[in-house]
Amino acid sequence: MKVSTFLSAIALLGMSLSVVAASVPDDQVATLRKAPLNVEPTPPIMQKVINSDVKQVRNYPMQPPVIPHKIDGYQIDLKVNKCMQCHARNSTGHSQAPMVSVTHFMDRDNNFLAELSPRRYFCTQCHAPQLDAKLQVENDFVDIDHLMKAKSTDKQ
Amino acid sequence: MLAKLFAKLKLIWRVVNRPSVHYSLGFLTLGGFVAGVIFWGGFNTVLEATNQEQFCIGCHEMENNVYQELQSTIHFTNRSGVRATCPDCHVPHNWTDKIARKMQASKEVWGKVFGTINTREKFEAKRRELAEHEWDRLKANDSLECRNCHNFDYMDFTRQSQRAAQMHSTSLASGEKTCIDCHKGIAHQLPDMAGVEGF
Ligand code: HEC
Ligand code: HEC
Ligand code: HEC
Ligand code: HEC
Ligand code: HEC
Repeated sequence: MKVSTFLSAIALLGMSLSVVAASVPDDQVATLRKAPLNVEPTPPIMQKVINSDVKQVRNYPMQPPVIPHKIDGYQIDLKVNKCMQCHARNSTGHSQAPMVSVTHFMDRDNNFLAELSPRRYFCTQCHAPQLDAKLQVENDFVDIDHLMKAKSTDKQ
Repeated sequence: MLAKLFAKLKLIWRVVNRPSVHYSLGFLTLGGFVAGVIFWGGFNTVLEATNQEQFCIGCHEMENNVYQELQSTIHFTNRSGVRATCPDCHVPHNWTDKIARKMQASKEVWGKVFGTINTREKFEAKRRELAEHEWDRLKANDSLECRNCHNFDYMDFTRQSQRAAQMHSTSLASGEKTCIDCHKGIAHQLPDMAGVEGF
């Protein structure tokens, strides 16, 4: 009896201490919310979608290319896939858009289907249009080509 | 036979030609004119009233389906603040075409009154058919309603995106295609497009 009371008193003390310890200084909290919780900040200005129609370089061979045009209002659901109006095999003549590559016709066992594979149907799952915005966090990605070049100069 | 008809016509002429006993000529002319104005004006007022967006979305099938969808498109809000309302795209400006379209629309109202399209599901089931009527109409009149606002002659390709300029300066300029061929689903969600040319 006495022991258990003693133990729970210690536990309570420990908990209240941990509450005190939990208050991390503001500058060490990673957050995009730059305002107190009880204040509704004015949202930042909306960024423009890049609509330059200039294809971007891919960072690694299997990267889904980013979309170089705007896709406002392009419907993708069970009824219709607007992207395929231009990117389907037989549309590239009039649209001059690159055809979706063969991987888009493969199922997960690498069999080629006659039509778009269901797992590649919802294009925006992998492909995204880009904003003309400044980076929120630094990107230190190094391209494989640079790694290989660095390695070969090391050897010499 | 002919003589009989001639006699009848003569009688009618005599009645019409006889001076009015009760009303002055001035009253009759003016009265006729006023009645004409009231009739014509009334007709056009009704026509005009049915030409307002409020009327179009007066029935729930339109308000709950196509109107909701329109609101997220560029034809509802945009940086220049020019709005396209239902009749801008759906009612021809030319008078005879307008009447013809109204007669057709009456049939669609019929569908509403008798409750054939009273849920989202029923609307979706009917949508392909309704959309096809619109595509056919716009195809037949070379997208006249679009061109009432978007004049090809004043399109500045240098200010358009490359994709747009490339298409507009080729298929559209040559007259091979019209707006609706490429811009289906510009204002509402599309129905199941299986089998539609270009999809
Ligand atoms: C009106 C025709 C059209 C539609 C619709 C369209 N695209 Fe494109 N897309 C193009 C064209 C043309 C290009 C070539 C670059 C350019 O002109 O923008 C392109 C380029 C791309 C690229 C870059 C390919 C590369 O190799 O870099 C991707 C990814 C892409 N589109 C994805 C999409 C997705 C996803 C959708 C649907 C949300 C879509 N597109 C809808 C015409 C279209
Ligand atoms: C599961 C992710 C995924 C989905 C979903 C997907 N893609 Fe891709 N896409 C990729 C990847 C990865 C690549 C690059 C490698 C490759 O070609 O497979 C690519 C490449 C492309 C390319 C460039 C092809 C070339 O040869 O230059 C186009 C265009 C494209 N996709 C369009 C689309 C469209 C349109 C859709 C929707 C119908 C779509 N993608 C859906 C992952 C995806
Ligand atoms: C009442 C006038 C009006 C009518 C009718 C009209 N539009 Fe528009 N349209 C506009 C305005 C205004 C804009 C937005 C211009 C802006 O601010 O960029 C626009 C924008 C567009 C865009 C550009 C979309 C984008 O994302 O940039 C397309 C495509 C378009 N209209 C096609 C059509 C087609 C097709 C029709 C016929 C079915 C049509 N319009 C009928 C006024 C109209
Ligand atoms: C051959 C196909 C084609 C035809 C015909 C066509 N357009 Fe377009 N239009 C496009 C494509 C592709 C785009 C760019 C992609 C998008 O907005 O979806 C475009 C974009 C636009 C834009 C936006 C401009 C921009 O810079 O993005 C407007 C406005 C427009 N079209 C209006 C019209 C009107 C009005 C007509 C009929 C007089 C018409 N289009 C006929 C293919 C076509
Ligand atoms: C910018 C032009 C435009 C405006 C504004 C517009 N529509 Fe449409 N509407 C179309 C086109 C084009 C179609 C043909 C189907 C398609 O391409 O989506 C259509 C189709 C329809 C259909 C047939 C069903 C369907 O979804 O295809 C109905 C019903 C309809 N519109 C009602 C309305 C009503 C009600 C309004 C006003 C709230 C309205 N529309 C505003 C262009 C427009």
